[in-house]
Amino acid sequence: MVRFILIALALWLGAPGAAWALDATTITKLATGDGDEKAAAVTSLAASGDPRALDVLKAFADGEMQVAGNQVLIVRDGKAVDAVTGASVTPLPESRDDVVVNNRMRGEIERAMAGLKLLSPDRATRQAAVKELESGAEDSMGPLVKRALAAETDPGIKESLLLVTAQLDLKSSDKAARIAAVKLLASSSSPAVKTMLIPVADPSEPDEDVRNEARGALRMVESRLARAELVGLAFSGVSLGSILLLAALGLAITYGLMGVINMAHGELIMIGAYTTYLVQNLFRSQWPGVFDWYLALAVPASFCISALVGMALERSVIRWLYGRPLETLLATWGISLVLIQGVRTLFGAQNVQVENPAFMSGGLEILAGIVLPYSRIVIIGFAAVVLVAMGLLLAKTRLGLFVRGVTQNRAMAACVGVPTARVDTWAFGLGSGLAGLAGCALSQIGNVGPDLGQSYIVDSFMVVVLGGVGQLAGTVYAALGLGFANKLLESWSGAVLAKIAILVFIIVFIQKRPQGMFALKGRAVES
Amino acid sequence: MISRLYGPRGWIVLLCCAAVVFVVFPVLNLVVPEGNPLHVTAFGVTLGGKIMCYMIVAIAMDLVWGYAGILSLGHGLFFALGGYAFGMYLMRQIHADGQYHVDMPDFMVFLDWKQFPWAWWNSDSFLWCVFLVVAVPGLLAFVFGYFAFRSRVKGVYFSIITQALTYAAMLLFFRNATGFGGNNGFTDFKRILEIPVTTPQMRMALFAITGAALIATLLLGRFLVTSKFGRVLAAIRDAEARVMFCGYDTLWYKLFVWVLSAILCGIAGALYVPQVGIINPSEMSPANSIEIAIWTAVGGRGSLVGPIIGTGIVNGAKSIFTVAFPEYWLYVLGLIFILVTLFLPEGVVGLARRWRKA
Repeated sequence: MVRFILIALALWLGAPGAAWALDATTITKLATGDGDEKAAAVTSLAASGDPRALDVLKAFADGEMQVAGNQVLIVRDGKAVDAVTGASVTPLPESRDDVVVNNRMRGEIERAMAGLKLLSPDRATRQAAVKELESGAEDSMGPLVKRALAAETDPGIKESLLLVTAQLDLKSSDKAARIAAVKLLASSSSPAVKTMLIPVADPSEPDEDVRNEARGALRMVESRLARAELVGLAFSGVSLGSILLLAALGLAITYGLMGVINMAHGELIMIGAYTTYLVQNLFRSQWPGVFDWYLALAVPASFCISALVGMALERSVIRWLYGRPLETLLATWGISLVLIQGVRTLFGAQNVQVENPAFMSGGLEILAGIVLPYSRIVIIGFAAVVLVAMGLLLAKTRLGLFVRGVTQNRAMAACVGVPTARVDTWAFGLGSGLAGLAGCALSQIGNVGPDLGQSYIVDSFMVVVLGGVGQLAGTVYAALGLGFANKLLESWSGAVLAKIAILVFIIVFIQKRPQGMFALKGRAVES
Repeated sequence: MISRLYGPRGWIVLLCCAAVVFVVFPVLNLVVPEGNPLHVTAFGVTLGGKIMCYMIVAIAMDLVWGYAGILSLGHGLFFALGGYAFGMYLMRQIHADGQYHVDMPDFMVFLDWKQFPWAWWNSDSFLWCVFLVVAVPGLLAFVFGYFAFRSRVKGVYFSIITQALTYAAMLLFFRNATGFGGNNGFTDFKRILEIPVTTPQMRMALFAITGAALIATLLLGRFLVTSKFGRVLAAIRDAEARVMFCGYDTLWYKLFVWVLSAILCGIAGALYVPQVGIINPSEMSPANSIEIAIWTAVGGRGSLVGPIIGTGIVNGAKSIFTVAFPEYWLYVLGLIFILVTLFLPEGVVGLARRWRKA
């Protein structure tokens, strides 16, 4: 009798070991069961950690699983494989039914596969899988995660896996394990961990020790998250500020220094962006090997093209309207309409695709969840360089001297021999070229379309008006200030309300200080 | 008084125009049968009504720009506000005939609102909404103008902040939460004062009312600019500092004409909405407001007939071009802007005057 039991036990224990292939009932349930049964089958397959299971799940997800009688097949390229044993089945059975996969199943599979991928030999695959699990792992994954943790060698992934186990332990009934888990979670800075700790720190948590520990942990996670958010906010503020600065610098020259209202400024930005697009296409077709360097040509090209267009406009239209600012406004608006439609005729009304060079894609992850895109970092640097170059040009060169002279007193400058008309043209070209540079930068982070300029014209005028006319420093402060204020308001009132609040603020501000923040001092009644 | 406004020839021309609006158009539309080549289609009546609304706006623009030297790039806002104020009443008049068969505008049902927002208070009353048509643009213009003129914001600065104002309002009205239908705005109107809007008689009535409003606006404008008030206004335009030193408080002169102009725009907007059948936030886009300036500039600033002619020319051209060669319309409009400012500072009226002198 004892012997018989022992044999039976041995058989029963041995049975799973002998199941070299996958469990047949699980596979059948996966193929023919109802929704809940399927979900359970997916979970149990995933928990098995069998590499063959990954293949079966993949086939299931891709709709390659079919049923012929009692047999579950994986059919690829007209060749069938038995899902349970992995043996190939020839010939292909005549009547087969597709196994239908719905969205719920896809979600289940994705999560399950993430578990299986933890054991993958490829480091990147494992890392992605851990990321997925961090935002919510199922209890059934526990053993699998522990196995992966034991096998893991990469310290970064190991740490993430520890966090995942801690999340799972948190739900267990063992008090010591829970406290250890909470302690471990306190070192995390992911928002998912915060939501996980909140119920444990709640008064409804029965165990007092765990609750107190969790409260401390929650505070630490929260403060870390707040800091990360602040850094992210500051960065996006500087980023928006640098974009506004680029868009407004040209305007600061044409409007601020020369007093010409150029409503076509936005369209000069657009021309810069389209020039970048053309240069990019040229590199792609002619020199694909050095594609990453196309910006080296695109930057000067967009400057020159926009500057040329601007100088042509100055010579042909704007020159005749000096001293009549309202008419200049209307005429340049007309120019902007013609330029927009011209671009539509040449390139079509759709947005065109401008690809980032490889070194500008991706980003710098400074903290969990806070990624600073390289493209934005490059643009901040670019804006700074342009600003410095502008400042030097105005302060140190002969052209800068002339421009400042004409700005301060046109008649006197003409008397001492400054060719004012030519200076106007050059200065206008400079302002337009700066718009072109802004377009080149914008093409790297946003859509390039005929309406590109329209969305920046109101903003850039606001920057110049707020900063005060005739000053570069004012423009810089105004751009950065508006960028920060916009992002700060955006974080608690939404993008549209933030924008409205900023516009209303500027309208009120102008009433108080009509000359902007940094006005040149004077006592004239008429400005 | 009558002779101050117009000479005998002017009155005759005005009477002829009134006859066309009140007699010829209705007869050609309602009496002449459809197959007849002289028949004016429903589309024609709507288009005519729409352009007359624009003409009122252009006169309003001319009062502030041509006579007081204040270029507003935000008049589209006042126009749209008047339209929205009257649109609220029109939306309430749909009653339960909307998509959801509830006595509430469709977009509110769609957003699952149970109550009307505060701005809709009493909006089922015709008289209240007519009051709002005047009061909302007027009040906004008063507050904005008071602070702007008091701080002596003028010229281009003023233009740019009016543009910012209408831009901000457009963003505000694009939001669903603002309570005015988001980017779809108001549409699908059914009746006014319980009378269906789509009947030919109703269409003609709206057309005639718009015509009457246009003539009234013209006469009011003429009355103002030929008065002493008009003289002071022109003086402010040409040399504000001197007027101030003469002892006039220019603030109230500018503020009066500015608020009046906004109210006229509001009335035009209210007449526009039932005829065109839709109002949405794109009416507040800065581009629309700048276009108003060009209607006035084409006709000729500083003459009240000019804006009417200019509006007719630009919108007539727009109707033709957007149907026949849609891709060229922006070129034409852009060139109008450039050429008029460069070569026709006094507009078509100035050209005619010069031509008659020569």
